[in-house]
Amino acid sequence: MTIDEVRQIILNILEDIAPDEDISSIDDNTKLRDQIDLDSMDFLDIVMELRKRFNIEVPEKDYEHLATLAGCITYLQPLLKDRLAAS
Amino acid sequence: MAYDAIIIGSGLSGLAAGIRLAMFNKKVCIVEKHTVLGGLNSYYVRKNRTFDVGLHAMTNFTSKGVRHSPLGKLLKQLRFSHDDFRLCQQHMSEIRFPEHVLRFTNEFEFFRQEVAEQFPKEIDGFNKLVEKILAFDELNLDASEALGSRSILENFIKEPVLIDMLNCPLMYYGNAREGDMDFYQFVIMFKSIFMEGFAKPVGGMNYILHLLEDKFKDLGGELRMGSGVTSINSEKGTVKSVTLENGEQLKGDNVLSSMGYVETLNCCSPPLNEKESLETGQVSFMESLFVVDREPRDLGYDKSIVFFSTQPKFEYKVPKEIIDITSGVLCCSNNFDYPQPMEEGLIRLTNMANFAHWDSLSRKDYVAAKKHWRNQALESLFTFFPDFRDNVVFLDSFTPKTIKKYTGHLNGAVYGSPRKIKNGKTPINNLFICGTDQGFLGIIGATLSGISMANLHILQK
Repeated sequence: MTIDEVRQIILNILEDIAPDEDISSIDDNTKLRDQIDLDSMDFLDIVMELRKRFNIEVPEKDYEHLATLAGCITYLQPLLKDRLAAS
Repeated sequence: MAYDAIIIGSGLSGLAAGIRLAMFNKKVCIVEKHTVLGGLNSYYVRKNRTFDVGLHAMTNFTSKGVRHSPLGKLLKQLRFSHDDFRLCQQHMSEIRFPEHVLRFTNEFEFFRQEVAEQFPKEIDGFNKLVEKILAFDELNLDASEALGSRSILENFIKEPVLIDMLNCPLMYYGNAREGDMDFYQFVIMFKSIFMEGFAKPVGGMNYILHLLEDKFKDLGGELRMGSGVTSINSEKGTVKSVTLENGEQLKGDNVLSSMGYVETLNCCSPPLNEKESLETGQVSFMESLFVVDREPRDLGYDKSIVFFSTQPKFEYKVPKEIIDITSGVLCCSNNFDYPQPMEEGLIRLTNMANFAHWDSLSRKDYVAAKKHWRNQALESLFTFFPDFRDNVVFLDSFTPKTIKKYTGHLNGAVYGSPRKIKNGKTPINNLFICGTDQGFLGIIGATLSGISMANLHILQK
């Protein structure tokens, strides 16, 4: 998966988690919780979705890497690089 | 084959928990003893009319896009859009006592102004109370100390009638405890009613419940109606299965029960040695529904909801008599901002009632008592409000006995036990409770209860 594909995957998850939020205007380097309404319950959802969709386990100590979109991409791209975007 | 989770009860907490678990591919089954969804917030059909039970209005209304509100959290966790709930806001409600009236809307500043005008000497204290409420963490699941709200309110407000007027709606809509109210519960209710507000969904509980049911089933969840649980079976202190009324046994790694805490423990097999004693709730209501032949506002009923006391001192406790007609709640469903007017006028009247009295009556006396006390309640109401008896085209009443019959909650206690099990744990491993006895009340509260218990005990481990 390319970086753009990983980015799109994360946006898809955010869109499912927060259907009333405008996902298109998200800035990669600003904290997600400052841009859209995400609390700890929602971060659980991001982690659960990654497990469900890609069988990726994110340990709690790594949650900090998911704070921004850029952080998510950096953290997840190595884990997803061998996958096909359609998976 | 075992389920990851068996959920007992298809009320809002059970359905919400079911959705959360099914969303993340857990194998989950909801079992419901009744043939209708909803538990304490349900609906029934009489003469082709559908009536809500439990719901006057949904509290906790916040607008689309509002962040961090209970409604906002709920919608996100269940992956609904605000529009899906089809919420219509109230027009205006009021608290009416013999000497004072306080009106309120979904704009808190309007209410603050009302307090300032009606109780000018108290407004500074009221404002300080509001600051305390805003700073309070009422949602802490670990908090165990229970502070009464009355003594705290007395630090801010000198006029007893204002304290009673503030308490009246909050107690009617969510106090399991007689007399006083725990302060954290006061804060939850104050925010949900005065700072957030009232709304009703187009289509009522029937609509909301089926919205949740459809989502649950679309996610692969299994729902069994008419399947009461006769026992919750454990081995070596860990839950293993539940037995249904038809004798069938369902195996499950987790059981999440919305039956009520004591009700759940009573079902455990083998029976618990030292049965953890928890006060059972006592607070229940009689409610009468009046379908009227015109808009309620044309009969002099222009408010969405009225909380009234015909006495200067309001008492929230199980009456010695069969019902307490000196205070009550009046709800006019029509006076909400529906896109289209309702087909008929509907006025509901709710009074506190005594379960033991209703339960002790023979069938014949019970029917006669419903009629008699409905009339007494109206007589009392009409000392304050215009008479609408000539305009009634259909009426029906339910009592604490009715609530017990359909929901299984002991004493027909709609708000459950006064002492909440906030972490949802029971003496049995992997058996948890959600719903009324866990601590969050009302439609939004019950739904959040199911979500948070599913997250905490099943998804996060």
